[in-house]
Amino acid sequence: MRAAFVIAGKDLSQRIRDRSAILLGLVAPLGLAFIFSAIIPDTTASFDVSLAYVDQDGGEISSGFISGVLPDIEADELATVEPYTDLDTAMVDVESGTTHALYVFPDGFTDGVLAGDGGSVRLVGNVDHSISTQIADAILSGYLAEIDAVGISVDAAMRSGAQDPTALVAAAAQSPDAVVLVDTEAASRELDATTFFSAGMAVFFLFFTVQFGVSSLLEERFYGTLPRLLGAPISRWSILGGKATSSFILGLTSMVVLAVATTLLIGAEWGNPAGVAILMISGVLAAIGIMAVVAVVSKTPEQAANWQSIVAVLLGLLGGTFFPLSQAPPALAFFSKLTPHAWFLQGLGDLSAGDGLSVVVIPALAMLTFFVVTVAIAVLAGRGRVLAP
Amino acid sequence: MNVLECEGLVKAFDDLVAVDDVGFHIAAGETYGLLGPNGAGKTTSISMIAGILESDSGSVTVGGTEITTRTTEGKRQIGYVPQDIAIYPDLSARENLRFFGKLYGIPKARLDERIDEVLAVIGLTDRGDDRTEEYSGGMRRRLNIGIGLLHEPMLLILDEPTVGVDPQSRNSILEGVEELGRTGTAVLYTTHYMEEAERLCDRVAIIDGGKIRAEGTRRELVELVGQLDTINLGVVGSARRLAEALASVTELESVIATEGSVEILVEGASGLLPRVLEIAQQSDVGVSGVEVIEPNLESVFLHLTGKALRD
Repeated sequence: MRAAFVIAGKDLSQRIRDRSAILLGLVAPLGLAFIFSAIIPDTTASFDVSLAYVDQDGGEISSGFISGVLPDIEADELATVEPYTDLDTAMVDVESGTTHALYVFPDGFTDGVLAGDGGSVRLVGNVDHSISTQIADAILSGYLAEIDAVGISVDAAMRSGAQDPTALVAAAAQSPDAVVLVDTEAASRELDATTFFSAGMAVFFLFFTVQFGVSSLLEERFYGTLPRLLGAPISRWSILGGKATSSFILGLTSMVVLAVATTLLIGAEWGNPAGVAILMISGVLAAIGIMAVVAVVSKTPEQAANWQSIVAVLLGLLGGTFFPLSQAPPALAFFSKLTPHAWFLQGLGDLSAGDGLSVVVIPALAMLTFFVVTVAIAVLAGRGRVLAP
Repeated sequence: MNVLECEGLVKAFDDLVAVDDVGFHIAAGETYGLLGPNGAGKTTSISMIAGILESDSGSVTVGGTEITTRTTEGKRQIGYVPQDIAIYPDLSARENLRFFGKLYGIPKARLDERIDEVLAVIGLTDRGDDRTEEYSGGMRRRLNIGIGLLHEPMLLILDEPTVGVDPQSRNSILEGVEELGRTGTAVLYTTHYMEEAERLCDRVAIIDGGKIRAEGTRRELVELVGQLDTINLGVVGSARRLAEALASVTELESVIATEGSVEILVEGASGLLPRVLEIAQQSDVGVSGVEVIEPNLESVFLHLTGKALRD
């Protein structure tokens, strides 16, 4: 055990000295996470919808919308609603983007509807906020569809002998909300863009980081120091243990530093530290196992580095480290489960939904399975060869 | 007491038997040479002796402790210097020594002291903190040996330590090995340089094709193949007259006179040389030069294997 730590200490000293581990383990993922989170819009987060209205009508139908529908939407924090009395002022604010979409209920709107002549509501949207305008349109369309239904009902009621159409309309206006906006963020348990790219880049570059430790056994052979280690009064397992330990420390340090740095610098929210730690440890072990298989079947450090880079990139792409898997075709989302990356990100996503530590159990077990299986493959494939002088 | 005892070592790689029934012993303070060409089985043999390579059969003990690839304690008594330079280029000499010192379990206080001693012995005290990638080939080679000496082993195994070394460094290495013998360290030295084996080794094993063909002191090996010494005399005067006078000396195997010189074949030239010179003086033949050629291990190797060492 002591010898393993001595070997790991020497390896870590070499890795720190050549700076490549720092570049690939910290600088590159941190830089890319920062860039991605800055330039790619956050498609998973809620966004502000700013609505306004000008009620020139003052009738039952416009009031039903203004006092019956819009307050509920505002109460659910789905949009902010601003009343205007002056149409010109409201139009100026829409033009400038202060208000995203404006409802204009013209004078005589309710009377026209009640008289059966129909009526029109103007919806004015800011050109840069098309989604907000579409939402405003959907809210209004839902309400107007209900008004149509109410109109038909009132007409039917009057034809069957009802005496007070105003009372009927007032009753209809108190009907349930016409439109409900659903916040999809928590339901699909996805990370916000900043956290997603921080975690994605961290687990993507983790595979490059641990390869330094795993491949150093090939470097020992290349430098001719492996026979010297084999001739030392230490067990052969301590040589492998030293390599695994340095890989683990490099990988875990990279992940922890990235988590702390992205939290402090770009506001990533990794979630419950204990759950994150479990996911990180499992992820690092899985990465070590996979990179060990590649190293075992390689003959030189250069060959190992090339293959490990290819494997790291392919698994990273398949595992959804560059885009949320919810936006990927179903087949890709399915096959992504063949990578530790996807399990790691899923674990973080579930953790961010606030369901407690239990949600990381399955992702962690999946990654540990990768570790066990790949280490077994590496041991079998490298038996009698890895530690040959 | 023997420091190293090995017997019946066999190692085959698929159909190729690299080492076949190799066995010998080395006493404390003795330098033992394995002399043979490349591919003779020298490195495979010492890899098994150092516990690096598992043997197919046979046994090795160092200081009475059995050595295998799985043992650890006995390896503490062995210093192994591989043929290829085995150091970390991105670490300094001091860091290389410290790393291997820790692996050999040298206590920290002693390790610091010992590193300074070894750096002094290998002449790298002034460059001890420089990265070894900045060293010359000779300096790296010296550090390679220094690492093997660090833990003061009972047995030092040197695998062709002078290959690719400049003459100055080579001489420094050979002097160091001679000094080791004097301090009581047993040395196992492999080489394909006959001169090194003759200079350093108390006993030599001639190895070829994975087998030890002969073993003994230089004299024993020479006698084993019946080789004679040659005395070449440069003469001023009649070479024929001198040859006729020397014919009366029965210990001389043959005397051949040529223009200006006489070639004498004899067993034990150094013992008979004064008498030869005395006869030349009595015969009134001047001697302008004397060359004594003793049979060497090269000729022994040639005799035993039918090929030259560098083939």
